[in-house]
Amino acid sequence: HDDLKEMLDSNKDSLKLEAMKRIVAMIARGKNTSELFPAVVKNVACKNIEVKKLVYVYLVRYAEEQQDLALLSISTFQRGLKDPNQLIRASALRVLSSIRVTIIVPIMMLAIKEAASDMSPYVRKTAAHAIPKLYSLDQDQKDQLIEVIEKLLADKTTLVAGSVVMAFEEVCPERIDLIHKNYRKLCNLLIDVEEWGQVVIINMLTRYARTQFLNPNHNESLLEENPDKTFYGSDDEESKQEEMDTALLPKRKPYVMDPDHRLLLRNTKPLLQSRNAAVVMAVAQLYFHLAPKAEGMFEPHLKSFYIRSTDPTQIKVLKLEVMTNLASETNISIILREFQTYIKSQDKDFVAGTIQAIGRCATNIDEVRDTCLNGLVQLLSNRDELVMAESVVVIKKLLQMQPSQHSDIIRHMAKLIDNIMVPMARASILWLIGEYCEHVPKIAPDVLRKMAKSFTNEEDIVKLQIINLAAKLYLTNSKQTKLLTQYVLNLAKYDQNYDIRDRARFIRQLIVPTEKSGVLSKYAKKLFLAQKPAPVLESSFKDRDHFQLGSLSHLLNSKAGGYQELPDWPNSAPDPAVRNVEVSEWTKPSGREKRKEKVEKPFYSDSEGESEPTESADSESPTASESESMSEIESASDSRSDKESDEETKSDNEKNKKKARKEKSKKRDESEDSGQSEGEEKTVKKRKGKEESSSASSSSSSTSEESSSENSSSESEEDSESDTEKKSRKKSSTAKPSPRALEAKQKEISLLDLDDFSSSPTFQTSPSPNTSSKSLNLDLQGLTLTDTTVPSEVVSPSLGAVKTYELLHRITGEGLSVEYCFNRRPFSPDHTMVSVQMQFTNNSETELKNLRIGEPKLQAGMRMQGFKDIAILQPGQVAADTLGIDFYQLLNPSAGKLMGMNEIKEKLTLPEQFRSDQAIVQRVMSIANLGRVPCGLDNEYRFAARTVSGGALVLVTLVTKDGGMAQLTINCEKMVIGTMLVKDIMQALTQ
Amino acid sequence: MIHSLFLINSSGDIFLEKHWKSVVSRSVCDYFFEAQEKANESENVPPVIPTPHHFLISVYRDRIFFVAVIQSEVPPLFVIEFLHRVVDTFQDYFGTCSEVAIKDNVVVVYEVLEEMLDNGFPLATESNILKELIRPPTILRTVVNTITGSTNVGDHLPTGQLSVVPWRRTGVRYANNEAYFDVVEEIDAIIDKSGSTVFAEIQGVIDACVKLTGMPDLTLSFMNPRLLDDVSFHPCVRFKRWESERILSFIPPDGNFRLLSYHVSSQNLVAIPVYVKHNISFRDGSSMGRFEITVGPKQTMGKTVEGTVVTSQLPKVVLNMNLTSTQGNYTFDPVTKVVSWDIGKINPQKLPSLKGTMSLQTGTPKPDENPNINIQFKIQQLAISGLKVNRLDMYGEKYKPFKGIKYMTKAGKFQVRT
Repeated sequence: HDDLKEMLDSNKDSLKLEAMKRIVAMIARGKNTSELFPAVVKNVACKNIEVKKLVYVYLVRYAEEQQDLALLSISTFQRGLKDPNQLIRASALRVLSSIRVTIIVPIMMLAIKEAASDMSPYVRKTAAHAIPKLYSLDQDQKDQLIEVIEKLLADKTTLVAGSVVMAFEEVCPERIDLIHKNYRKLCNLLIDVEEWGQVVIINMLTRYARTQFLNPNHNESLLEENPDKTFYGSDDEESKQEEMDTALLPKRKPYVMDPDHRLLLRNTKPLLQSRNAAVVMAVAQLYFHLAPKAEGMFEPHLKSFYIRSTDPTQIKVLKLEVMTNLASETNISIILREFQTYIKSQDKDFVAGTIQAIGRCATNIDEVRDTCLNGLVQLLSNRDELVMAESVVVIKKLLQMQPSQHSDIIRHMAKLIDNIMVPMARASILWLIGEYCEHVPKIAPDVLRKMAKSFTNEEDIVKLQIINLAAKLYLTNSKQTKLLTQYVLNLAKYDQNYDIRDRARFIRQLIVPTEKSGVLSKYAKKLFLAQKPAPVLESSFKDRDHFQLGSLSHLLNSKAGGYQELPDWPNSAPDPAVRNVEVSEWTKPSGREKRKEKVEKPFYSDSEGESEPTESADSESPTASESESMSEIESASDSRSDKESDEETKSDNEKNKKKARKEKSKKRDESEDSGQSEGEEKTVKKRKGKEESSSASSSSSSTSEESSSENSSSESEEDSESDTEKKSRKKSSTAKPSPRALEAKQKEISLLDLDDFSSSPTFQTSPSPNTSSKSLNLDLQGLTLTDTTVPSEVVSPSLGAVKTYELLHRITGEGLSVEYCFNRRPFSPDHTMVSVQMQFTNNSETELKNLRIGEPKLQAGMRMQGFKDIAILQPGQVAADTLGIDFYQLLNPSAGKLMGMNEIKEKLTLPEQFRSDQAIVQRVMSIANLGRVPCGLDNEYRFAARTVSGGALVLVTLVTKDGGMAQLTINCEKMVIGTMLVKDIMQALTQ
Repeated sequence: MIHSLFLINSSGDIFLEKHWKSVVSRSVCDYFFEAQEKANESENVPPVIPTPHHFLISVYRDRIFFVAVIQSEVPPLFVIEFLHRVVDTFQDYFGTCSEVAIKDNVVVVYEVLEEMLDNGFPLATESNILKELIRPPTILRTVVNTITGSTNVGDHLPTGQLSVVPWRRTGVRYANNEAYFDVVEEIDAIIDKSGSTVFAEIQGVIDACVKLTGMPDLTLSFMNPRLLDDVSFHPCVRFKRWESERILSFIPPDGNFRLLSYHVSSQNLVAIPVYVKHNISFRDGSSMGRFEITVGPKQTMGKTVEGTVVTSQLPKVVLNMNLTSTQGNYTFDPVTKVVSWDIGKINPQKLPSLKGTMSLQTGTPKPDENPNINIQFKIQQLAISGLKVNRLDMYGEKYKPFKGIKYMTKAGKFQVRT
């Protein structure tokens, strides 16, 4: 390396750099370059920044081996720690703390302490990173380091949060008390922390929450425990006592989730949408360990776990496991059909796994046990021995559940013993024959004869089972098998394996009555042929529950170093007041707080404070400008390949815009200045071409509304939410005086909203109602099964033109006329409200001032959000606005008890003009905002929707017959809506 | 957390090692090689391998194994995700992530790795920040560097890490301000023997290339955001706006990045753009088998299916194939038993087909299962889910950027069972 040394000693930076590059390349390849250390370390103070960097790389790599020489560089870093530039301070601390030289521990400690109170958050972050480095170098520094950690935990910047929690986890994970005061802050900052920090914080908070909050599934688990108790408690009185206990329990301890617990759940939820799989997993495990349990979350996603032949083995195994766990009576037939294709796979280990999975399904679901068993028996003739053997093992376990019915299978398996060579399978067959020798009295002795012949060549587990078989046969059929048994036992007596010799001796004593053998031999038959409980086929992943989900230890099912046990829930919650912060900065609206710190203003956290004004402002503007902007971006698309076309489209763009502007101005002329917020229904009518797209966008936004209402319902622990639910179950009367009568008449229409078809699986899981017809059930099942094969064009429905209704005639209104329509768009300030588009026209000569909604007289439960007051309406001017009304669903009086679908059928005769497909669909759509559902039949039309306020599903089926006859069927949980809808559709289709 | 990293090529050479704590001997990789031997294929190497003193967590990408050495408890996905980020960064820096590219740029690689982890804990993984710290090599710069002896290390210190938006560097300037978005959708599907869909799902991403001056604040809205299911965002996207309005609002990183990835779930109907007619048969006792495949377009919304490649892993008993194709070329590898047929564009008027015979090993029974067929294809200017971007707005800056959207549909894991 002399040439390198020379280059390093030269004055030219370029030579030094070249030398350092070559050295680093050697380090990368794993070559030892430690002898160059003196030459390299001299350059630590080099002015050239890249040389310096590479020297750092070298230094960190070799300092541990050359401790004395490394000390030469320390003073450079100490100088760097005082540099006015924060980045140089940080970099100096980083390298200094990375040099693993014990002598400098005091220097490091000092540097960390100083850096922890540095002005710059970036330097503080580096300090947090340095803590675990120092700790691994010298564990005696723990106490001092904890002080630094405590200080940094109080830091309010997102930059530091992740790193200091990492240090906390490495140095003092047991000091959970340090978290109390910072808990709420961490929860609130979480979304702005960088992704790696998020993972660490979420995992730590999971553990924290387990020590501080109560089990949200507490009541449930108590109820589950009770059957166990009655199992042990023998007399009736006790169990009665227990029943009373369970009845009392929920009352005695009503569970209320700690607000801090809820805060954690709520603030982590958006992180499920992180691009980083580790963050998503961390949140998932947090919900798994901390959230109230939800059933049936994964069933709808069953198909996502179907296996491809190209999947890696470990993925196949996991997918099989998931599918097996998801198997239930409703989906088992689909799963078994899928398993059937797997069995033919060329990957034989995978086939074996599938067979085990089938076995587990068969034990869990009684209905399919025979089907599975028959299928497995067919596999016994499989050419692949591994497959055959696995089947034998699984069949053996299944047969144990009901042996008497399956003696033919046992007989079949007895024949296999000649062909099957896999020891485990042979042993299984022998055990089966021995256990159920009474069912196959003729074959069993013959099998023993064959086995006696081959005994010496068998594997140990097979030998043990031969001895077992012999013993059992001896006890039941000693006449035929006495000699054989003795022969086998004699062979076993001289076997090489001492287990086998032991077993033979033991069994001989037990079954062959001699003078010496005691009382035990009398019970030999009972011992050997006792009823044995059937084995439970268990998942191979079963016993790892106690590890924190997603941890390395969980994956390997063995505790890795540094794993922190996940504590059990406490029986009573520790004092929640420990989390209160005296100067309660973090309970204030965070927006204000953030503005004080200019530099570190987090990106998201403040959006909470600001979100409301922006939302309400946005709710008006986009609607008007939407159609215009679409053309802009459309023409801009697909044109990036070459510059020329870019130019063209740009000019196109401008043309388009001009056009749009012209059109706009024209319109203005017509309606005499329709104002900025013109009702967009007009635009829709004018531009027929745009109609479809805008209606599509309106329907699309309706889903967003839906899902967000789902969100809110998922958080329905919140009282207000559940209250409204309860209220909505109460009946409200139908009659409706006042000018709103018109609206009331139309309300059932607007209550319906387009429902995305993705909700189909919920049909399956919803409690299957007695009232709904069987055929419907079948239809629904058919839907989910076949939905993938139906062409997709039906997904986006086309809405008919929106009808306008008159609310106030211009004569009655003394010049003011009001029209309204249900624009079938979500009402953005409140998604449970139906949006009603109002249009005010001033037909008088004078200006109208101060238009506003007076005290609305609403029925119980109804809510209304009005439009902004209109200050002035010039003569001839038209103003439009939307108001939202929650009509609060007219409900079925017995809804509380009678859950599920009600079915209403009506026959009708279609007039000539409504017999075409298009006409029918159009008529129905015009009445209610329904989504068309694909259906294989020509004469059948299906529609589905969900009500805005209650989210009740509505299904409409129309079957046409010859001569214009038709049958209309409506299924809906809410009977009143159903009847009203029937009436309206009938009317629409017949008039 | 992460102690060391070893890069291993397909022939089992360790061609790069990097340690963030004390040095771990490369002999630890012997456990990896052992596991590799057990797994017949590279993809089947278990991602986590326990050894007496360490744990090896690896990813396999671009025919390189990235093996991280772990000493104590850490979420495995944390490490896996980080390793993928390393690969992405290399791709970003060097265009590809090959052994050659890494060896050629070993110093840059080393510097990048040094910045990405500190003491085994991720420090700077955003490509915008990394590029400020260490400039990616370009041909021009390499030439200049060799002449002038200047360096790849940024001479001013990075500011991004200290800013409000840690993923965007400050002081960005462009003469032409442009923002391009690619909507790329992949169809994952399983088609059964009879041609009906067992399972189909769309995995989509929106990749962006944003070159805008200053600190632009963009909003992107969709005509039909309800299609998107299970969305995951680049950290720059504001969750709140998405949740309340289904609008993507973000300050973009500079350059290329993945804005969004999403599923269109299996519960929605997925249009299947191609169909395959197949007739593959083996007969017991015969030394010949029939092999016949025809591919045709199905629901393509009027667009052309291109870049079509059909591959199939045939059973071991197949010795050779004698096929004729009406279009494109086919190859059969008698060692791996993979037949691959490169079709290219599908002409709906004249459907491409591949017909012929397979010669089988005599005396062996016919295989239990017919081979599965995997298909790749591309359709330009179409997002098969029907997703459409509505508009893109920019706030915070005065100039008018040029905007563009491109749609593309590809086959993902598209498998036909026969």
